[in-house]
Amino acid sequence: MYQLGNLVKELSDKHGRARDSLIPILQGIVERHNYLTDEAMVEVAKELDISAAEVYGTASFYTFLDTTVRGKYVIRVCKTITCSMKGKSEIIQTLEDMLKIRVGETTSDRQFSLIETNCIGWCHKAPAILINEMPYTELTPEKVVEIIKGYMQKR
Amino acid sequence: MEKRGLNKVDLIFEKIDPKEVLTIAFKMSPADIIQQVLDSGLKGRGGAGFPTGLKWKYTAAVKEPEKYVVCNADEGEPGTFKDREILDRVAYKVYGGMAIAARAIGAKKGIVYLRGEYKFLLPQLMMELEKFHKLVKEIGYDFRINFCMGSGAYICGEESALFESVEGGRGEPRNKPPYPTTSGVFGKPTSINNVETLVTSMMIIKHGPESYSQLGTKDSRGSKVFSISGDTPTPGIFELELGMSVQEFVNEFGDGDTKAVQVGGASGFCVPRKRFEQTVIGFEGVPTGGSMKLFNSSRSMYNVLHNYLDFFAEESCGQCTPCRVGCQQLLKGVEKVKKGEVKSTYLNELVKLADTMKVASKCGLGQSVGNAFKTIVENFREEIIY
Repeated sequence: MYQLGNLVKELSDKHGRARDSLIPILQGIVERHNYLTDEAMVEVAKELDISAAEVYGTASFYTFLDTTVRGKYVIRVCKTITCSMKGKSEIIQTLEDMLKIRVGETTSDRQFSLIETNCIGWCHKAPAILINEMPYTELTPEKVVEIIKGYMQKR
Repeated sequence: MEKRGLNKVDLIFEKIDPKEVLTIAFKMSPADIIQQVLDSGLKGRGGAGFPTGLKWKYTAAVKEPEKYVVCNADEGEPGTFKDREILDRVAYKVYGGMAIAARAIGAKKGIVYLRGEYKFLLPQLMMELEKFHKLVKEIGYDFRINFCMGSGAYICGEESALFESVEGGRGEPRNKPPYPTTSGVFGKPTSINNVETLVTSMMIIKHGPESYSQLGTKDSRGSKVFSISGDTPTPGIFELELGMSVQEFVNEFGDGDTKAVQVGGASGFCVPRKRFEQTVIGFEGVPTGGSMKLFNSSRSMYNVLHNYLDFFAEESCGQCTPCRVGCQQLLKGVEKVKKGEVKSTYLNELVKLADTMKVASKCGLGQSVGNAFKTIVENFREEIIY
């Protein structure tokens, strides 16, 4: 709690405490802690002097402002038409086998979350995924294994 | 089949000296800048196609000391990726276009709303921005740009939803009027333009409206950056003169077995093979923000439609009932028809629902779900049913 309070203060000092600072602050928390806990949202509400419901209402609108547990590396697999035509299912299968989780789940060590997402703007290099903010394109199951191995060694 | 070449253009990615063009622009009066953009015939490149010069003229006409130029870089339409490429390769021209728009409407502040999916571009965009701020200072113009990051919501590409998001709220579209030109971001007069539109305006100032308006057709002047994907041997970004038919496009980019082209993304129109010849890509035919998806005969159009409806059901903001419930019911409806749980005539009811959504939805999202739905159902009815 103590650390969280510090982070919220630090972010509010950086972005300001006006209403339009809310999203940058929430984005900052997600960047550091992967998702928004109830405590974090209450803390932000206090800092900006708005109701916690308003913070939650805003956060829950945006898919990147997760309010459920997410791992350190959030893998978002594009499921929109071109990626889906060009082998999205094999990519998902490979990730599920490797991480031993299903779409929507997080590994028990809280390192990886696997979710599907809508068009991420790489249709000409499909299939594509985002790991946190980094895009990886023209994927094959082999390439995915290499990429994830790289992240596993990073921890 | 006759194979005619398409006219490839290099305006958007052409290397220019921003100082030279901005100096020209700042010597012109705001009214002259607006007149040049009006004369060029440029229409917004995000998809809706509102004349850019008019947008600037209306915003300029409002007497209010604080105004904004907003660059809409929340490119989310399935199949569109040209704005990412433009920001990646020629961000200085996007900023330059914003400065010219600012000069035209009398704004001192600019905002770039960048979709969260493109956050990896931010470090290089900030470096370019620093250079740009130095340049405008040198020229002696008071204009600053800030970045605002999206967080994964397609609807925030809708202008008033984007304003709500910048102001720190849920990205729910506002009622119109008032239009952004009188009450946009923070309630101030705002000109909100697509990334490509801003770059194009800068090139119009550089080359003059006459040479620009020689490209294209009466209703669709100039050139456009297309994002091409799907069943094509050459997916990617291509800048082409407007006015070609879908057939000419398919001759160039098809794989020899193209059965349909989805023009304008999930919210756009499906053009089947029998209509390739007669359909023009542009405002006189099928408009597009740049998304062009080719499907060959191995693809099931049911899967395409299902994918789009699933997309809309997730991305509808849920604020107005026609769109929130409509998207879900269209999705469930086609699933039921496919499984044979209802008679195939149920599709007619769904078409009526799509028509209702067009009339009753609050914003462009709900209003355009019917475009893809109707054009796919009408042209590929048997693929939806069997």
